[in-house]
Amino acid sequence: MSTLWRVADVVSGVPETETSRTIGLRVDGLMGNLAGQHIDIRLTADDGYTAVRSYSVATASMDEIIEITVDELANGEVSPYLVRDLAVGDQLEIRGPVGGWFVWRPTDTNPVQLIAGGSGIVPLMSMIRAHEASENPSPFRLLYSLKSPEAGFYREELLTLGQQSPKLTVDYVYTRSVPQGWPTAPKRLTAETLLANILPPDATPDTFICGQTIFVETVAEWLVESGYPAASIKTERFGGTGGTR
Amino acid sequence: MGIISSGFHGKRQTGNPALPPGQYETASFPVLTAGPAPYVATADWEFFIRTEAGERHAWSWDAFMALPQVDIRTDIHCVTSWSKLGTSWRGVSLDTLFEDVETTSDYTTAHSYGGYTTNVPLQDLRDGQAWVAWEFDGEPLERAHGGPARLLVPHLYFWKSAKWINGIELTQDDLPGFWESNGYHIHGDPWREERYS
Ligand SMILES: Cc1cc2nc3c(=O)[nH]c(=O)nc-3n(C[C@H](O)[C@H](O)[C@H](O)COP(=O)(O)OP(=O)(O)OC[C@H]3O[C@@H](n4cnc5c(N)ncnc54)[C@H](O)[C@@H]3O)c2cc1C
Repeated sequence: MSTLWRVADVVSGVPETETSRTIGLRVDGLMGNLAGQHIDIRLTADDGYTAVRSYSVATASMDEIIEITVDELANGEVSPYLVRDLAVGDQLEIRGPVGGWFVWRPTDTNPVQLIAGGSGIVPLMSMIRAHEASENPSPFRLLYSLKSPEAGFYREELLTLGQQSPKLTVDYVYTRSVPQGWPTAPKRLTAETLLANILPPDATPDTFICGQTIFVETVAEWLVESGYPAASIKTERFGGTGGTR
Repeated sequence: MGIISSGFHGKRQTGNPALPPGQYETASFPVLTAGPAPYVATADWEFFIRTEAGERHAWSWDAFMALPQVDIRTDIHCVTSWSKLGTSWRGVSLDTLFEDVETTSDYTTAHSYGGYTTNVPLQDLRDGQAWVAWEFDGEPLERAHGGPARLLVPHLYFWKSAKWINGIELTQDDLPGFWESNGYHIHGDPWREERYS
């Protein structure tokens, strides 16, 4: 059952960017995950103190091995340990994969618009991978908002898919620095830029938005104001500031 | 017994008896919703209770504000592991709202503007355990947090405290609501860690 804590073996750890790492976890008897689900990770210190955090699954397979990508939050309790200290061969505990709402299923037929802010790409990557591995023909479009080109996760794979997949379009917006030769200067994401880079409302896309809370809130509001039905928008908030003021 | 991560030390703030198992304290007030927040003007707002016999009790915003208002100071616990201690709210007790309601039902479904639903046993709503709240920290409840008014059932995980509350329907059976149909626990008691189904 998904509520039980299970032991996971750390089978890989590959830096994704300077501050993030993709971690492979093997769990006996695990049968993969739905695209978009997350797991909870529990760390226990040697005096019994525990901390639990959620991490989206990046992969989409029917496998005993799943991958997560963790971005280090300076001064965070759990993420610096997962990015810097955890080693292949270590064990930790996981619960899940859980969640039946922020998920994409290969039987879904609508076009899909994915909107990622920073590490919010993780569950959306799972959806892209599930979509590519399936026969599902509906068009997928990804808008990936990034501080800089170097901050992108899954760069090679997204570049290749963006060029070669007949059913995926990838667009980037950069908020602090842009790649060489990029046509526009870096700037804060605006509603105009957003709307110019996504499927229009009359394409009736299912939209998935993921990232820091403030990013998700802002983007979701813009979409609703621009005529996308609220019921077609699903959101996943990773935390951080926002919603308080 | 857990697996020990010898290099992990954590930033412990446990030992706080106000924190249920697996929760950590946050000073901010994160937002968790399935989608964007609906707009509801108080002029259009109403709160209803519908019984299994089809009897409907309803309050406009003004009628609701004319009911006895109480201040509530309570801890809140989100299933995503944060807890916020000592929050203050103002609203109407469900005991007040249920005063003239006759029912033999044991369960309820809370309905929100925007279509969200969550199920709560009636006994978790009565005897000073639940409110319809419209003020947070002395200010009108922000839309992102469920304004104009939300259900407040702080002894259960916070997804039970339905934002943008519209009404409560009494039901004979415990019918799973939105998150309860999507992998989360039917009841949601943080002290028993009833997180997932
Ligand atoms: C469903 C879900 C899925 C998630 N998936 C991922 C994932 O795939 N990859 C990933 O890297 N993270 C993901 N997160 C975020 C993750 O759970 C942790 O919150 C994050 O790693 C920080 O934990 P920490 O212990 O290092 O920091 P903490 O010690 O918890 O926090 C340190 C400080 O940073 C703030 N903070 C917390 N989270 C964030 C944030 N996301 N952005 C900015 N500030 C923040 C806190 O308010 C606090 O002030 C997910 C969260 C949820 C709810």
